Amino acid sequence: MPDIEQAADGASEKSRAGERFFMRFTRAQRYLHAALFTSFLGLAATGLPLRFSESVWARGLAKGVGGFGAILFFHKFCAVVLTLAFLIHVKDLITRAFVHREKGIFWGSTSMVANWKDVKDLFGHLRWFVGLGPKPRFERYAYWEKFDYWAVFWGMVVIGFSGYAMWFAPFFAHFLPGWALNAVLVIHSEEGLLAILFIFSIHFVNTHLRPDSFPMDMVIFTGVESEEEFKHKRSLEYERLKAQGKLEERIAEAPGIWQINFSKVVGYTAIAIGLILLVLTLSAYFRPE
Amino acid sequence: MDRSLRMKSASFRAFVLAALLAALTALTAKAETDCLSCHGDSGLQDASGKSVSVDAHTFSASLHGSLKCGDCHTAIKDYPHPDQITPVECKTCHADQAAGLAGSVHSVKAEHPCTSCHGDAHSIFPKDDSRSAVYPLNVPRTCGACHGSDAMARKHGLPNVYPMYIDSIHGFALSKEGLLVAANCQSCHGSHHILSHKDPQSPTYKTNIPHTCGSCHAGITDDYMGGVHGKAIAAGDLKAPVCTDCHTAHAILQPTAAAFRMQSTPICGSCHKDKLSTYRDTFHSQLGALGGYVETARCWDCHGAHDVLPASDPRSPIAPANLVATCGKCHTGANASFVQYQPHANARNRKLNPALYFVRLFMNLLLAGTLTFFVIHTLLWLIRSRYDQIKKKSAEGGENA
Repeated sequence: MPDIEQAADGASEKSRAGERFFMRFTRAQRYLHAALFTSFLGLAATGLPLRFSESVWARGLAKGVGGFGAILFFHKFCAVVLTLAFLIHVKDLITRAFVHREKGIFWGSTSMVANWKDVKDLFGHLRWFVGLGPKPRFERYAYWEKFDYWAVFWGMVVIGFSGYAMWFAPFFAHFLPGWALNAVLVIHSEEGLLAILFIFSIHFVNTHLRPDSFPMDMVIFTGVESEEEFKHKRSLEYERLKAQGKLEERIAEAPGIWQINFSKVVGYTAIAIGLILLVLTLSAYFRPE
Repeated sequence: MDRSLRMKSASFRAFVLAALLAALTALTAKAETDCLSCHGDSGLQDASGKSVSVDAHTFSASLHGSLKCGDCHTAIKDYPHPDQITPVECKTCHADQAAGLAGSVHSVKAEHPCTSCHGDAHSIFPKDDSRSAVYPLNVPRTCGACHGSDAMARKHGLPNVYPMYIDSIHGFALSKEGLLVAANCQSCHGSHHILSHKDPQSPTYKTNIPHTCGSCHAGITDDYMGGVHGKAIAAGDLKAPVCTDCHTAHAILQPTAAAFRMQSTPICGSCHKDKLSTYRDTFHSQLGALGGYVETARCWDCHGAHDVLPASDPRSPIAPANLVATCGKCHTGANASFVQYQPHANARNRKLNPALYFVRLFMNLLLAGTLTFFVIHTLLWLIRSRYDQIKKKSAEGGENA
């Protein structure tokens, strides 16, 4: 995965109605996100019927796809895709950190690792919500974005490990105690439920449905955002780049119409599927026993 | 007398006997011909419009073919006979059967005349003749004439059993394979002396059922009687299940069929409620509850079906020493550590499963904590952002949109 500046480099400065666009996510990062959300939707759609196997819709869905042999197969298939995406990401991190010795991957303003500013931002943001202070200004990754990232990172490790422990239970039994085989299902289903509820409610709203981005933040699909949006959402990063004279390096081509339309179709579909699954989950969760 | 004379004498006596017999037959035939001269007309009806015709050919081939009309129709002596005649009493000859019927559920004679099952008395065939209404392959249809109707079922508070039976494994064996040994109605219920399943004398009374089914399924019954359920029944515990509690009485399915595997667990669970509830928490159940994936372990895959034994019995498939083999039936490579898995673990019970209890508690707190914080966080954020947006738009002179 090339560095963000390199990816944007060379793009001629194009403007639509005089607006400049800046690169935020590289092509590889967008593909990774696409692999992540498609396999996650697949895992959620095939995992929820298992979690709530007594509910009517779960049985209907199972019947629809050709029974549970089929659903379990799709669940495992999506799990392998997600595992590969995760491993590619980890390999990329290792390469960037230890081969390219890229600065700022583990610390500093562009890192995903939480720092003191994130703690201050969280409290500052909460104060601003209730009108007790100014709105905090954010760097490249805001605290809730870092939380999303680490929640997914931790979730993939936990859900992945517990999932593979069930898939290959006799093998894992060589080095896990017997009760752990009971525990992995509890862990897998609870963590999976948390991931589903979190992504389909909190992540959707924080990233896409809140008034600043409504109805969808296109940047993860197109990779670029307008100068106005950049300045508004990540003013500290914008100013830092400007001060460093690196702002021009990030200028990118405006997204094509086809790119925006394609992104809308894919994005709205994903959000719609997610919201349907959220409703089904909540209905099954609060089903009177 | 010399030898030839003696021979002649014997021939003469034989001739006289033959002549007498011939004369008698001719007389009888004349009598039958007298009756048939009217009743041989296939369109002959009585005053109420009921057919009173007799097909001479069918009758003479029937089981009663050697009888004369007057043997049964004793009230009719001469011709012309009265319009109203006393009904024929079958019990005159069939006393045992009539006695059996009199004490049975079919004792009301007006509703259950012999002919309701055996058909017209003039065309009765032996029960091993395929033309007989009580030939084994015809019995279900004969009984089904009444027990296959919803109206009749409602009237007597009985299930409409014929459709259940005919789609069952017994019904298929009988109707599709034509197996004479396949259980038909009377194999279990008997024929004349049918009793309610509530009657302790009935072959379908709960404690008699293992014996009834065992008249064919002898090996299974032996297994069953050696298991906990069989022993409980033998000891008079009516709560213990018999064959029909798990297999049902009429709609019996092939036990390896998907439909039976799908319905079997709740049946065991109707008594073993706590075990069903903990089973439902496991992957076996979650996967198995959804149709189409029927291979996942059901109760009897681990516990055995007929010879169910407690884990403390070394012969039990769930005895500790047998677990590797039992789990290994599905889980190739199962080892001693693998079988420590608890198929009925209860994550809500701190005393029984402390490790699991705390894992679940931690996961629930993580889930509830994370979501609670972020739901509040995100709601406040939404409200604040919208407030700012409206304020900004008003300041710009736009609409509050």
